[in-house]
This record gives sequence, structure tokens and C-alpha cells, in this order.
Amino acid sequence: MKSYDDKTINELNITAVKIRKHIIEMLYRAKSGHPGGSLSAVDALVALYFFHMKHNPKKPCDPNRDRFILSKGHAAPALYAVLAESGYFPVSELKKLREINCRLQGHPVCTHIPGVEASTGSLGHGLSFANGVALAGKLDKKDYHVYVMLGDGETGEGQVWEAAAVAAHYKLDNLTAMIDRNFLQIDGNTEDVLRLESVRDRWSAFGWNVVEIDGHNIKQILDVLNETDEHKNQPSMIILNTVKGKGVSFMENNVDFHGVAPNEMEYNLAIKELDLMQKKLGAHT
Amino acid sequence: MYNPRKAYGETLIELGKKHPNLVVLDADLSKSTNTIMFARKYPERFFEMGIAEANMITTAAGLASCGKIPFVSTFAVFATGRVYDQIRMDLAYSQMNVKIFATHGGISVGKDGASHQMLEDLALMRVLPNMTVLAPSDATETRKIVELMAETKGPMYARVGRADAPLIYKKEDMNDIKIGKGLTVTDGDDATIIACGTMVDQALEAQKTLSKQGMETRVIDMHTIKPLDKKLVLKAAKETEVIITIEEHSIIGGLGGAVAETLIEEGCKVKFMRMGIKDIFCESGEPKDLLEKYELNEKYIVKNIQKMIKKK
Repeated sequence: MKSYDDKTINELNITAVKIRKHIIEMLYRAKSGHPGGSLSAVDALVALYFFHMKHNPKKPCDPNRDRFILSKGHAAPALYAVLAESGYFPVSELKKLREINCRLQGHPVCTHIPGVEASTGSLGHGLSFANGVALAGKLDKKDYHVYVMLGDGETGEGQVWEAAAVAAHYKLDNLTAMIDRNFLQIDGNTEDVLRLESVRDRWSAFGWNVVEIDGHNIKQILDVLNETDEHKNQPSMIILNTVKGKGVSFMENNVDFHGVAPNEMEYNLAIKELDLMQKKLGAHT
Repeated sequence: MYNPRKAYGETLIELGKKHPNLVVLDADLSKSTNTIMFARKYPERFFEMGIAEANMITTAAGLASCGKIPFVSTFAVFATGRVYDQIRMDLAYSQMNVKIFATHGGISVGKDGASHQMLEDLALMRVLPNMTVLAPSDATETRKIVELMAETKGPMYARVGRADAPLIYKKEDMNDIKIGKGLTVTDGDDATIIACGTMVDQALEAQKTLSKQGMETRVIDMHTIKPLDKKLVLKAAKETEVIITIEEHSIIGGLGGAVAETLIEEGCKVKFMRMGIKDIFCESGEPKDLLEKYELNEKYIVKNIQKMIKKK
């Protein structure tokens, strides 16, 4: 249980805007990548890496560290920005995203980026990987916690439900999963592409402890993480109600920005909006 | 006769004692793969994953990321084709120290039919970067290979058949065995048979028959399909000028494919033939009858060698 004050929340909100600026900058430079789902995932990542999780960028392989696994690997820019700002590798490296001879691959790879736990990008794997880490934690009687983030569209993959069954069967209460519930996937609204509702009932029926919150409210995220960490005998699922493209007005709820990078005009506009947001929060830019 | 699957189960128990980090996963086939022996001895280190193979492979990767040595078992057909993306992403690309030990490879599975007769696994695994691909031939070799798998880092795939198999080796024959080094079981300069898995025994039977006819055949047990022992292949090509490969697998992409690539690239002048399943799905039947119908036994090896030596 970690407590916080209003000042902490404000600082985390400022960090979240900073991460969003990195994402826009990285994607603009790379001229490819996934803005929508990166921006919607930011606040949960910031809550985890800059406050909640027990981790040390200087010891990325510490066996006692909490783990975060990004199952929706296409949100790599969000993960990279958070890892760099945490100190896993230089922030200056972010601008090389997707370049040849650079560590920062289009999708996360665990073999050469410090802090990346699992190679993802092919959807549906992350929860299974997290199960393995959680089982090892139980076996070794370690008190680390495992966090994993899935996309909502990603839960169309059958493997997710294999993993959901196994996590509940083994009572993996050292595992907390999150769904970035932004209601959009490449071909449109999730409910039109392949109905997911009721997301809550599905996970409950599989034997999970399910909670639903505003995925952009860092205070709510921190509170719920404290709760789910303590929940016993069941894995927990946090449904993060989010907005795809969150933080950049013309990207919000716009499926066209699922996998298309901003052009110069869009880039300038987005940075302007985010700068304004930072000022509003009282950040020294 | 001794069942390689039984040898696997027994070896896991020994290794479980030696390596406290060794864990075993199975997908509702522990009685067939014999991982149940480990499960009984070390229940806390055995994970029953149910009929959900994709999750099993990736879960093993998660366990490996925490320093465990996971052995994952199911039938060859479910251990490779069904979970190819999981093996590709989470084991090969991620270089995770996970060992897939598959049973029921090849047509000698018999009556279950083509759905269960895995003939493409060696090819599927061989094409993945970072993968080691193994096919031990008898119980003795299986024990040693499983030991080596536990003690060597990296993602690995090994397969054995379903049936009991004649014992080819004694324990002491295995002293110098290494992953990536083929075993020359018999020497000879008239022709070479490069075999793996269940077909090594048939190759040795053929060697005896041919020897009686005055033809001395070299039999190589190529238990490691990748990395292939190219040196041994090239030496055989040079010294015997006739090479036959044989495997209980498609002639495409497995042992025969690997040897062919090596021979062509090195410009070897050899008479060469791949024996295996000729790009078809097979059928239900007694293993012995299937091997006869699909021309994978001692009789056909002898026939083919005779023909090729004549053309030499």
C-alpha cells in the first residue's frame, strides 16, 4: 500500500503529458507507428512506473522487481518513453525509434531493450507470459507483483482466454491485468468488429476479480492498484475506460490514428496542445 | 526394446533432483508423454496447463524469464504447428531457455491417422532462428539428449516417436555425445545413410543386410538436425560418394533438406536421395504396415542403396 498526496498526483499528470509529447515526437520522426493506442495507455503506465511499481532502472534484472508486460505491443512508444524517463536508457535514444541499427524496434523486444520483459507485437501473448512470471513468483515465494496490459480488441485472440482460465485456476493473486478499453480497433468500433461486451461479465465468469475505472484518472488508477495488489485467491482485471488518442484533440476517438503517424502540421498542432496542457498543470516547460 | 517416452519421464525425475529450477508443463497428455512421472515426484514444479497449448508455450517463456528451466511436453503435432507463433515470438525471437520435448512424432503414431502424424515439425522448427532441433533415436540417446537440453542454454525442440524402440546404444556409447555432432554408428566407404530418430534403427538393419552382400555402409545418427554437423556430412560425401537421408518426416525441410542444402552449397559430387514422406498426408494403420506402404524401412533403404551404388 503506497499513499500519495495531491502534489504527487499533479506531478504524475505532468509526467503523463511529457510522455505524450515523447510519443508524438517519436512517431512523427519515425513516420510510422501507432499513436491512438499509445496515447490511451499512458496514464496507467505513468501510475505504474513513476509511483506504484517496485523497480530499479539500474537493476533491470533484479529478481525481486515487479514486472510490467505490454501485451498490446503496438503501444511500444508509450512503453519506451516511460522506460527512458525512468532511466532504463537515455531519453535521447527515443528519437531513433524504428530506425535501422537502433535498439528501439517497432514492437518491444526483450533481448536488447533494458526494462522490456517480453517481446510482444503478435497479439494475445502477454497474459500467458505474465502467468509464467506469476507462477514462478509463487513457486519461489517472492513478493513481486506482475502487471500486464492488453488492448480491448486484442481479447479477440483465443490465447487470451486460455490464459484467463489458467490464471484463475492457479489463483494467481500476484497478477493484475488491465484492459485499455478504448472501444476502437483497426477496422472500427470493437462492438461492430467483434462484440466484446460485457467485458466485465466475461472476466468475472472466468473467475477474475474485476474492477472498472476511468483509465485517465491517475488517482483512481493508484487507488485501484492498491486494492487489487491486496486481493487474495483471484487474479484481478482492471478495465481502464480510456479514449483512443487521449490528449490530442483531433486524435481522440479517431480510428484513423490507430496506425498512422502525424504529419508536420498535425505534429505541430499536437505539441501545441500538449504544451498548453503542461502549462495548465503548472509544469516548468 | 525400451520406450523413449519412458526414458524421458525417468530422466526428468533425475534432472529434477539435480536442477531445482527445472519445471515441467503439459497439456492434458502427461500420461502419454510420461511427464506424469515428474508430476508425482515434484508436484509443486509441475504445471498442468489443460488443453490450451498456446498459453502453455508462452507461460513457459514467462517462467524461463524468471530463471526456470521449463520442459514443455505434448504430442509433436500440437507442440509445433498449433503453437508456431508462440514458439516464434516467445521462445526463438526472445531467446528463452525453454525446452519443448514432443512425443508421437512421425507416421508410426499409427492408428490415430494423419491428424496426429506430425511430419512437418522438424522443418517448422529448423527454419526458426535460435532454435536447436533434436531427434534422438533410442531410449539411451534420449536420456542423454534430455540431460544436454537441461544443461545447454537456449530454446530447443526435441521429438521422439510413440512406440517402443530397439535399444541401439549402451550408456557408455553416449560419453562423447554433443548437441550438433552426429554419431557415426558404423563405418563404411560404399555408401552413407544419414538417419534420425526412429529411422536410425532401420538404417542399421539395412547396413547389416548390405554388409552381407559385400557393401559396407556408413550409418550416421544425426540426432541434431540443427545446427547440422556439416563437417560430418561433407566427410561422408567425399569418402562414400553415395548419401541417403531417412527420417519419419516430410522429405521437405527436415533432415534431408538440411543435408541437401549442405551438399549443394559445398559443390559435392554425390549420388543423393532423401527418404521420408513424399509431400502427402498419410492414414490410419498399424505402424509396421504404414512404414511399409510409405517405403520407410530397412527393405527400401537396401533397395535404394543398391540402385545408387550401381550408378556410382
